Amino acid sequence: MTIAAPIAAQAGRGAYRALVRRKKLVLLALTVVLILSVIADLGLGPARYSMREVVLALVGSVEVPHQVSVVLWDIRMPVALTAVVVGAALSAAGAQMQTILNNPLASPFTLGISAAASFGASLALVFGVGLLPFAIEYVVSINALIMAMAAALFIHLMSQKRGVTVETIVLLGITLVFTFNALLALVQFLASEQALAAVVFWTMGSLTRATWPKLAIMTLVLAVSLPVFVRRAWALTALRLGDDKAASFGVNIRRVRLETMLVVSVLAAVPVAFVGTIGFIGLVGPHIARMLIGEDQRFFLPASVLSGAAMLSLTSVISKSILPGSIIPIGIITALVGVPFLFSLIMTNRGRAW
Amino acid sequence: MVATLQLNDVGVRYGRQNVLSGITTPLLKGGEVTAVIGPNAAGKSSLFRRIAGLLGGPGHISIGGANETSLSGVCYMPQDTSVNTVLTVFESILLARKQGATSRVRDQDLEAVESTLASVRIESIAFKNLCELSGGQRQLVSLAQTLAREPKILLLDEPTSALDLHRQVEVLALIRALSTKQQICVVLAIHDLNQVLRVADRVMVIDAGTMVSCGPVEAVITPALLRDIYKVDGRIERCSRLCSQVIIDGPIVDHA
Repeated sequence: MTIAAPIAAQAGRGAYRALVRRKKLVLLALTVVLILSVIADLGLGPARYSMREVVLALVGSVEVPHQVSVVLWDIRMPVALTAVVVGAALSAAGAQMQTILNNPLASPFTLGISAAASFGASLALVFGVGLLPFAIEYVVSINALIMAMAAALFIHLMSQKRGVTVETIVLLGITLVFTFNALLALVQFLASEQALAAVVFWTMGSLTRATWPKLAIMTLVLAVSLPVFVRRAWALTALRLGDDKAASFGVNIRRVRLETMLVVSVLAAVPVAFVGTIGFIGLVGPHIARMLIGEDQRFFLPASVLSGAAMLSLTSVISKSILPGSIIPIGIITALVGVPFLFSLIMTNRGRAW
Repeated sequence: MVATLQLNDVGVRYGRQNVLSGITTPLLKGGEVTAVIGPNAAGKSSLFRRIAGLLGGPGHISIGGANETSLSGVCYMPQDTSVNTVLTVFESILLARKQGATSRVRDQDLEAVESTLASVRIESIAFKNLCELSGGQRQLVSLAQTLAREPKILLLDEPTSALDLHRQVEVLALIRALSTKQQICVVLAIHDLNQVLRVADRVMVIDAGTMVSCGPVEAVITPALLRDIYKVDGRIERCSRLCSQVIIDGPIVDHA
């Protein structure tokens, strides 16, 4: 604006740069927490290793017995990294669901995507029904993936209808949760005792199903998805100012929403398909990121990814620590740990958005 | 090149319902301020959203001087400014400026944000979050976001409805000055007819989805308009400084 009065000596610019520096520091702190958590996660198990032993084994030091390296790299590493990748993927998916639906309650869990995945998986576990005729060894995961994507796209299509509000979408998600839970209960009712146990264990969500090939697929999905969001960072941030405002900025809101929802549905569905239902990370991770760093997607997205990853990794540490010698399914722990943490954040940030 | 805007038989439909039809205007030019007035639910916001490209409908909108195909240079400030975003005012104005541009924030972007903050006089809230602002502050920020996009054609839907009298006068003076100095074609919806008399060159009256009249301010704002459109008895008189002002005597009571 050429008629502007001269502004006080770069006060705004300096303060903005300080704000950006603070956000980068928060991202660095989250990264440090994540790294420490992964090291702790690797050290925990039937045989406990100190942080020093873990670090030495990871850098290939000869001071550590070969057996320790084998345990860490071949057994614990896929599990620990799966926690990181699944946490990151669910949190990023939740963050973008909340952004494009403009809804604080949006997440793969609350909108019925996880419930749909569980139903798809149960069809394979109980009846051996595959929704795709090939890749028999991944039939459970593929069924879960297809049902989860169908649920995500249904939510998206409904959200595009005229007169559909934020509240309607949440209600729609709740109806999906109830519908798929009822269908799942029906399948369980008809299942044999052995199949029933498999379904119940699957719906609890467990990282012990992790393998290197599954981890590679999930990492690839995450690596392909995140750049899509990064490229759209300004447009996605603008969506949080409301549709009219974003459109008035020149954002093609229909295209951004559709593109993001398609990517989000894969991002949310793939981890659920491989490790089962893990609730709350997709809901809590983005809220923690938002409270720590705000909603500028250039920082909010990496913060969501890091907070989700760190949270699931820490949850993995806790699940191994509660009952020494046994690993409690992580899906049980996420809510128990995540909810009190979110609750305390909400109570200390009252009045700031949502 | 001076920006121009002309509407030819423009309308808006929601489903099968026509909410606006047959809007035809003379050529609106850069440097001019056109006020759009009319009762509530007359179709003013629909008209703005149609011009901004957010709604489809019949008719033709000619835009000159700005980019006609992409509507770049046409900047629209919506009426609803409610937000619950954890984003500072500074960031939100930067965000408005960076849409469609490279992701890297350059010094000139930050300078432009500072300058916009100063022009709307909201430097003191630059690092408050949007979700912590009052209604009036949000309206000023929304205006700043729109101005940061360096408009050629500026569409403002009730930009002063939540502001106190001092801020109303200040903002309308800013809009008038920007229009004159930067040759911006301004179209604004506003209810306060005295402010219209102060700031606008031309008035467009919308009622029940059609354009009732369009012309110079003093030719359109008359006792007849007050009676027919607003159902009030009133006069247009000159004050001691020779400015026209609307004096309302009271509502017309319909005894039918």
